[in-house]
Amino acid sequence: MAVQFEINGQKVEVDVPGDTPLLWVIRDELDLKGTKFGCGIGQCGACTVHVDGVAIRSCIRSLSSIQDKAITTIEGINHPPQAAWVETQAPQCGYCQSGQIMQAASLLSQLPDPTDEDIKQYMNGNLCRCMAYKRIHAAIKIAAKNMKETPVEVSGGAKS
Amino acid sequence: MNKFAHLIRENGLQKHDLNSKTKKEFSISRRGFLIGATTMGFTLGFVPIDLVTGAEPNSELRFEPTVWYSIDTQGMITVNIAEAEMGQHIGTALARIVAEELEVAWDDVGINYVDADPKYGYRVTGGSWSLWQNFDLLSRAGAAGRKALIEEGAKILGVPSHKCKAKSSRVHYGNRSVGYSEIVSKGDLSRRFTEDELSQMPIKEPEQRSLVGYDTQALDIPEKTNGAAIYGIDASVEGMVYGKPIIPPTRYGSTILKVDDEDAKKVAGYIQTLILDDPSATVPGWALVIADSYHAAIRAEKLINVEWKIGEGAKVSEADILTHGKKLIQSEKGALLIDDPEVDVSYQDAHSVLNQTYTTSTVLHFQMEPVNALAFYKNGIWHLHTGNQWQSLCLPLFAKALNVSAEKIIMPSYLLGGGFGRRLNGDYGVPALLASKALNKPVKVVFSREDDTRFDSPRSPSVQALSMAFNKKKKTIGMQHHAAAGWPTEVMADFFMEEGKNGVKFDPFSINGANHWYSVGAHRVRAISNDLANKTFRPGWLRSVGPGWTNWALESFMDEAAHSVGIDPVKFRLQHLISRGRNAGSKPNSIGGANRLAQVLNRVTDKAFWGQEMPRNEGQGVATSFGQERAMPTWCACIARVKVDTLTGQVRVQQLDLVIDAGTIVHPDGALAQSEGAALWGLSMALFEGTQFEHGQVKDTNLNTYTPLRMADVPELNIEFIPSHYQSVGLGEPATTVIAPAIANAIFAATGARVRHIPITPDAVMQALELTS
Repeated sequence: MAVQFEINGQKVEVDVPGDTPLLWVIRDELDLKGTKFGCGIGQCGACTVHVDGVAIRSCIRSLSSIQDKAITTIEGINHPPQAAWVETQAPQCGYCQSGQIMQAASLLSQLPDPTDEDIKQYMNGNLCRCMAYKRIHAAIKIAAKNMKETPVEVSGGAKS
Repeated sequence: MNKFAHLIRENGLQKHDLNSKTKKEFSISRRGFLIGATTMGFTLGFVPIDLVTGAEPNSELRFEPTVWYSIDTQGMITVNIAEAEMGQHIGTALARIVAEELEVAWDDVGINYVDADPKYGYRVTGGSWSLWQNFDLLSRAGAAGRKALIEEGAKILGVPSHKCKAKSSRVHYGNRSVGYSEIVSKGDLSRRFTEDELSQMPIKEPEQRSLVGYDTQALDIPEKTNGAAIYGIDASVEGMVYGKPIIPPTRYGSTILKVDDEDAKKVAGYIQTLILDDPSATVPGWALVIADSYHAAIRAEKLINVEWKIGEGAKVSEADILTHGKKLIQSEKGALLIDDPEVDVSYQDAHSVLNQTYTTSTVLHFQMEPVNALAFYKNGIWHLHTGNQWQSLCLPLFAKALNVSAEKIIMPSYLLGGGFGRRLNGDYGVPALLASKALNKPVKVVFSREDDTRFDSPRSPSVQALSMAFNKKKKTIGMQHHAAAGWPTEVMADFFMEEGKNGVKFDPFSINGANHWYSVGAHRVRAISNDLANKTFRPGWLRSVGPGWTNWALESFMDEAAHSVGIDPVKFRLQHLISRGRNAGSKPNSIGGANRLAQVLNRVTDKAFWGQEMPRNEGQGVATSFGQERAMPTWCACIARVKVDTLTGQVRVQQLDLVIDAGTIVHPDGALAQSEGAALWGLSMALFEGTQFEHGQVKDTNLNTYTPLRMADVPELNIEFIPSHYQSVGLGEPATTVIAPAIANAIFAATGARVRHIPITPDAVMQALELTS
């Protein structure tokens, strides 16, 4: 049965089995390769995307569960977290960073001024194997500051 | 001698040979350096001398361009990067070296990751070698280009070249100047240099530099923040099918008896289950689920039953491997890397001898991007699209699997979603190639995480016995270090093996670190291959390889030795760091020798306020390392501060201070990032990682039970580099191997509990605490 949803502002319809993980729909059916496969059990965070503005793990979310929802991937997100990622030179291999940025954007839309503890708690499910955690943490602080100065829409209608 | 030079000497290989067919016949004296003009611009590169002699440099037919870098007629400089990008921002550092000497505006510089064509030379990215190998060569290549540009620029300006200067992509004479783009368009940049001339090409004094040693943003980072970066797993080609591995119960010796895929046939998109026939014996007992999408392959695999005749490895556990290692150490087997004649006499004469044994568990690479490969055959050539660290090792393996010559295979470069040594071993390319050959269509093989960990070439478990002999005055008069582990180099790259003093071959990567810079009197180091490990799994090179275990044992032991003679652990180390004899150091790689290790050690003790009063159950521990290998030492010292919960055995690392002397630092922020990641890897392996073999397989296959360090576990991290103009050396690894012993030594300082196994578990801490009470 075909499932309709919106991805990065565009309406799409995908006709693959409903139990297909959203990750493979995004990567292989819609050819958006910025979202990454890491563990397949929702514990590394590389596959993080937004469903209606909230970060989820797309490797354990079924296609059938997103009928009529709005998906945002790394290709569709606005800039503040990304600019901060460049400023702190956070990525090493970079493979986890799409997920890190999507998770951070979701954090910032819920908590525009997160404490260090908030950041650690919210980001702890995102593994960075290069262990660039210090710079990711610093980038989130910078992004929060930038967004305070220039509020922008981060994802799926959430404003800060 | 470094391993790479060794390989060149033994096999007659050259890193920058242009012509693959005659590669083995080249020696340095038979090559020349040439700047040839092409319609695209001008290019610098080594070419065979026989090509230079009597050849027309301008002839595009005979001059195959773009070995190192090119400048086009718009003045854009493209630096070819033959190293794998896996997070170290190597392209940026190498391009900075070229740009420094070429005197180009940094904004005009771009990088190009080249494919595995042999014209780019011997291809391996590992061992923290990249900058060390390339710094001098690329500096001189840049300087040669600058010289030619100045000469031709001067002609265009009609002025004497010796009065011209190059700066910011222009050649200047007084107030007048001409840009590189114009010189490339109009000038005749054909130049020939001999190897001697190139080696004498003047390069800048350190104080004249304006790029090397100064911060910049890494060129590869922006695309890693917007989803645009392309990794091997993102490669696709028209008409490809997907393959998902069905991995046998053992790495070796299992054979498929029966495949039942009746139920899978109902899955939409399922095509077949392909049993692999592998002439290279890389993937014995394998099948691939073939489907028109990866999700269909995953769905189908759950419905397929495979029966195997199970290999011998299934009987082997982690404990068996460690027990076997202990037995090997008690035997006479192995290679003597160091064997001073007075060792036995020193031990006989000793007033006391301290003996200790240290062990380490199996460690997974767990790079974020599971291994994968896309293979297809087109126009007589095999294409393998995958991220890889050692193309020159993999191509012959692939050639064997396909039964074609290596020249018939090309490997474009991709970003690596983590390397850490996993992708030095290209075994994961084999199933894709075999399947593509069998099915006569493009096949993309993607490993699930569980497939990836089960097929990993993990860091071998290890056993090490160390001892130190003291005289009556408690002076050190002898030391022995015996280490048994699985040897990746023996299994996968035996041409890299070296010969011990007793004529026995050994894997240098698996014993590096034990040949330390402490003066300990008569010294013996023995490396033993754990054949049971080698038979059970494929041991891998994992971030530093040997020093991951040798330095754990050495630096824990140095602490124990210090306490046994009642001397402060820092002072004890300093007493043994004397730049004399074999520890004097030599030009250019280890100038200063042991003194430089003493220097970083002294600096870190100041930085971390060593010896300060600590609250109850908190303590500081020290350790040093010299990085990846003795031929290329990166001097590193660390002080860890920990807090131990004596009721649970939980260890919290509060602070890590590190001081590193890596010679000339090319890209300071990149160097810092590497060291931050390396230090946290060390912490992760010390406390949070480690698995075990059970029935010939690793017990932990995903993050539900394998638990690397997360953001909340990051301690305060202070890293400092010693300002230096010495030879640039490696940074991927030194900060990794210094951490675990510093933590163990801190646990001892905090509680008196001594742990001798990594990972350090709360149970082990509790047991050690009981021994103290």
